Amino acid sequence: MKILVALKRVADPDNANKVKIPGSGDRVDTTGLEWKPNPFDEYALEAALRLTENGQQPKTRAGEVVVVTFGPKETETTLRAALATGADKAIRVDATDDQLDGDLVARALKTLVEREKPDLVVMGKQAVDGDSNQVGQILAELLDWPQATFAATIEEEAAGSVLVGREVDGGVAKLRVKLPAVVTVDLRIVAGASVYSTKTARTFKYNEGVRFAALPAIMAAKKKPLTEVKLAELAADTKLKVTYAKFQAPPARKAGIKVKDVAELVDKLQKEAKVL
Amino acid sequence: MASVLVVAEIAEGKVKKTTHSAITFAQSAAKAIGGSFSILAIGAGAKAAAAELTGFGAKEVVVADDASLAQYIAERFAPTVAEAAKGHTIVVATASSFGKDLMPRVAARLGAGYAGDITELSGEGAAITYRRPMFAGNAFGLAKVETAIHVVSVRQSAFPAAEPTGGASAVAEIKVVAPSGAAARVEFVGVETVKSERPELTEAKVVVSGGRALKEKFNEVLAPLADALGAAVGASRAACDAGYAPSDLQVGQTGKIVAPQLYFAIGISGAIQHLAGMKSSKYIVAINKDGEAPIYQVADYGLVADLFTAVPELVTKIKAAKG
Repeated sequence: MKILVALKRVADPDNANKVKIPGSGDRVDTTGLEWKPNPFDEYALEAALRLTENGQQPKTRAGEVVVVTFGPKETETTLRAALATGADKAIRVDATDDQLDGDLVARALKTLVEREKPDLVVMGKQAVDGDSNQVGQILAELLDWPQATFAATIEEEAAGSVLVGREVDGGVAKLRVKLPAVVTVDLRIVAGASVYSTKTARTFKYNEGVRFAALPAIMAAKKKPLTEVKLAELAADTKLKVTYAKFQAPPARKAGIKVKDVAELVDKLQKEAKVL
Repeated sequence: MASVLVVAEIAEGKVKKTTHSAITFAQSAAKAIGGSFSILAIGAGAKAAAAELTGFGAKEVVVADDASLAQYIAERFAPTVAEAAKGHTIVVATASSFGKDLMPRVAARLGAGYAGDITELSGEGAAITYRRPMFAGNAFGLAKVETAIHVVSVRQSAFPAAEPTGGASAVAEIKVVAPSGAAARVEFVGVETVKSERPELTEAKVVVSGGRALKEKFNEVLAPLADALGAAVGASRAACDAGYAPSDLQVGQTGKIVAPQLYFAIGISGAIQHLAGMKSSKYIVAINKDGEAPIYQVADYGLVADLFTAVPELVTKIKAAKG
């Protein structure tokens, strides 16, 4: 199986409270925050690696994973890290975030998919900076491919399909999609028994979470192919469909009071807040 | 004339409550653009469900009822929704798992821009912007959709459920648009619903959430409190990552977004990503051993205590207070 993984770097999500909005409100200032891969995209990469190996023998690749990012030259660091984790090849689409919206990214990805011809495109359900949750769905429609969004489980089946468990309100919905298809992943995709290639025994359990690169792999990643493509080469029309007129800081929530004991808490909830 | 189309979410022949938030949005959006709104009832059994939708002041309730729409599948729904959207200015659904899955696909089909999970509409006429949380709720962007049709989804907790206003909207049936090739490659296998006596996390009036501090006693400590309050149970990411709580309970930017009347954060320090998922709650109660934890900066009532003794005591006192 050949898989294309779309990976975005974002300002450190664990310190997202440190983003600043300048007085002009014309942008979100992330100065001083470290760049990290979008966590959902990291999970997508982990899922893609699991789908292209036998879990018991992860050193032998049984498929190909191509990682793609949209960003300036320095985002190649993110791609190299993905190559070190196990991806086979990387593509950087030269662009900056202010030149992009979800629709344009999806249109450019469509061209890349037509070139690379993967069986599956996997990405996070959303990037935790824009929080838009749209690229996978738009790409699927543009390609006329099936989509399985918010995946908690992916099982490769012999008949050229994947069985996907989707996180939906109140449960998990199972969809069987014939490849090629687009899958976006949710948190639980990195649980121990969530992703199986046809090669991996169903009794096998992965370590929970994403894998880390070992030092030799980091060295070897420097030799893996990484190519650059211009955005205009992939999408003729680079006009954005969604722009931002202004950014605002969230309203501050006032800290309340500390109560001395449980009795006072119950009293306040009952008489002041009137919620009991 | 400018108009708004609400895509209703229908399950088992009934309108889901989520729809009522999109209707509230549509009522105000119709005013802002100086037009009207209509509702699309789509799905097998939509015809019967449409009767539930005629009392909200919509100009029209449009029905697309077909056996091929027995289960929700984006590839089957998107073509008909996109067709019905033509001629409208704004197409909206609630950002439930249904709306989030479907609406970007509809936008792509229409060549339209999509603004997801919006919390507010501002401006009038052509100058409309959609306020949406970004960066885990640490910034809000005012999105402008630059295409003739705007496709949006609204955050349920930001728009109160619409109440029927009386009146009777006209009902019109439309034909289902034949889906494209992708639809033939999707098979709906089934849904495993989480069987719980408790309310759904995103709809509950009271939510009781626990953090890593609860350790293996997560359920033992929280279940009696949730039962006493008729509350849904939530968890912090740390509690989920550590395996003390299942991941589908996670409240936060990367989990569920909740805004109940009353939110209990128990043994939760208050990481940014957790706050993003619950800080719109009306009242927040924090119980933690560490009095300096960031959760107290957003809590209306903070109690610094050992939760393994405070929570059982709380259960007893709440039961007594409720009689």
